Amino acid sequence: MKKINLNVNVEYLTRVEGHGNIVVNVKEGILEKCELQIVESPRFFEGMLRGRSIFEAQHITSRICGICSCGHTLASIQAAEDALDFTPSPQTIKLRKLLLHYEMLDSHILHIYLLVAPDLLGVKSFVPLIDTHGAVVRRALRMKKTCNDVCDILVGRHVHPISAIVGGFTKLPKEKELDEMLKYLKELRTDMDATIELAKTLVFPSFERDTEYVALVSDDSEYPLLSGDIGSTDGVRMNKKDYKKITNEFIVPHSSAKHTRLSRGSYAVGALARINLNFNKLHPKAKELATLLGFNNKVTNPYLNTAAQLVECVHCLEDSIKIIEELKTTGIDYSEEIVVGLNENKKIPVKAGSGVGAVEVPRGILFHHYEIDDKGIIKNANCIIPTGQNINNIECDMKKLVPEAIDKNKEEKDITLLLEMLVRAYDPCISCSAHFLDVKFVK
Amino acid sequence: MKKPKVAFFDFACCEGCQLQVANLGEDLLDILDTIDVVEFREVMTEKWDQGYDVAVIEGSITNEHAIEKIKRIRERSKILIAYGSCATIGGVNGMKNDFELNEIEAHVYQENAKHFKTVPTMAVSQVVKVDYFVNGCPIYPPEFITVLKCALAGLPYHVPDNVVCVECKINENICMYDKGVTCLGPVTKAGCNSWCINNGNVCYGCRGMVSNPNENSAKDVLSKYNISLDLIKNKMNMYNKCRELNKNEKDKS
Repeated sequence: MKKINLNVNVEYLTRVEGHGNIVVNVKEGILEKCELQIVESPRFFEGMLRGRSIFEAQHITSRICGICSCGHTLASIQAAEDALDFTPSPQTIKLRKLLLHYEMLDSHILHIYLLVAPDLLGVKSFVPLIDTHGAVVRRALRMKKTCNDVCDILVGRHVHPISAIVGGFTKLPKEKELDEMLKYLKELRTDMDATIELAKTLVFPSFERDTEYVALVSDDSEYPLLSGDIGSTDGVRMNKKDYKKITNEFIVPHSSAKHTRLSRGSYAVGALARINLNFNKLHPKAKELATLLGFNNKVTNPYLNTAAQLVECVHCLEDSIKIIEELKTTGIDYSEEIVVGLNENKKIPVKAGSGVGAVEVPRGILFHHYEIDDKGIIKNANCIIPTGQNINNIECDMKKLVPEAIDKNKEEKDITLLLEMLVRAYDPCISCSAHFLDVKFVK
Repeated sequence: MKKPKVAFFDFACCEGCQLQVANLGEDLLDILDTIDVVEFREVMTEKWDQGYDVAVIEGSITNEHAIEKIKRIRERSKILIAYGSCATIGGVNGMKNDFELNEIEAHVYQENAKHFKTVPTMAVSQVVKVDYFVNGCPIYPPEFITVLKCALAGLPYHVPDNVVCVECKINENICMYDKGVTCLGPVTKAGCNSWCINNGNVCYGCRGMVSNPNENSAKDVLSKYNISLDLIKNKMNMYNKCRELNKNEKDKS
């Protein structure tokens, strides 16, 4: 690396969920510091869950994050049902898959349009785009609204869903509502096609760093999001119960911060990881786009995570339409509607146990783990979120990116932007700091 | 006319309420036509260094840094709106106050706990003066728009102080107690259009307790359905634990 000095200090990185700082120090060509610091106010969710009923866990943990509240809901329910030995009905599973698709669509669209696109179009936020790219902003807000509307129909609302709970759904969509969701989703296809055309014109920074990608894997032909084993591009495969052997929290010698690693220095989760592992299982229409974008081979440019999200948008949209059409054919069994509350009417048998939920949420694989006593009271809770697993990998990317950028004679402000864009590409969700694996305290 | 300068800030929260604002969809553009959003970290890089006509605050106050920050924002703002349960009543973050601070910090962060010194969770109004409240977890978008309009027009807005049951009856829901489960509707502030019960779930009390709950009738309901007071209290504490801080203040004086 060239013998120069460089100081990058981005306080409160914008256009990410939650609060984080980027700090890079280069002294006479030596990289002294390269960190993504997390400064979110801790909220102690795992501590607060102790003593609450397992039937309240979904309601509470969905409040970890507004953007991923449906994802936390599904991971929480899965962990709770695993602890209770409760098997959900096939209809319930189908509706949960639909909910996860909606979550994926909503979150990815927000990230692609409102958080990433301003960088690629050279502006500070979507606000100036209202004047220069009015039609694009309107399309983005319209697409977001559609995702929101279908969520409203399915679970009452997107932010902190109401009807998806342990045991099933408290309200099942009427036939008319299935038609309505189908209509909205089919209309969304037009805007999705326009989004694909827009994406083809965007140029992402070029940067390569091979890493281990981790995502759910399975033996069947379905793109695994709601269930599966945990797999990696380095050939690891484990049952979800062994999630701690995947995350391997460890302490870095020069700081007390915890990182995660599996087969090598760091690993990545998220849309890029999922496509790197499960490209073949994408919906044909999504696969076609993925091939065009080069995802038929392992992609190691982290900036392309945003492109991978677009591929998943197409997949989730098409698969949602397929699921609703199937539900329309079979019809919905309304006798499955449940009333649980705190389970005062003992609808669901309770026993002591331990359960793990592992669900692919927009930013990667999310783990919830609860231990409950024979009355269903939570004794211990653990949530490991995707962003926590990505932090170590982001820092490894930064450590390769900075020297390369300096050698290409990039100016400080360009390097800063490249770093900001890198962190944003991972779509970090710092609010999910219920249990942040990598926490550095900034004095 | 010059557009009012409006800024959005978040403290300890899930950022779901600002997402509710983003979820207004194209209606958001109409709002943006009438105000000048000068800070909104989650979607904007732009920063503003002067006064705010309106500051919209999400999240509860949980450490010394936040106390200082909210005081500075208050000084710079003509009008301050607290929105969401975390900001208006402390919300789920308040459950932390059920534990000894040292114990819960050590439980989550072990040897790193010393870096995460916090104070008992407080609602924004427990630290600075709040001019408008938009209750709920998350906020109910139509109410947020009403409050914003009132704030910009200089009109007062009163959070409904009747119980959720009133709206629930209008929506013709079957009472959750008749279905065999407890519900906090009988003691919780209305204004959400009984959102959760309409969708087959119970009320969790996210809008806060009415100022004058009908305790006798609530007790009648509990005894009719043979429900213990502890169970209800524990449920109430999911969102409303921070109200005890006010009680302690009163005890001291």
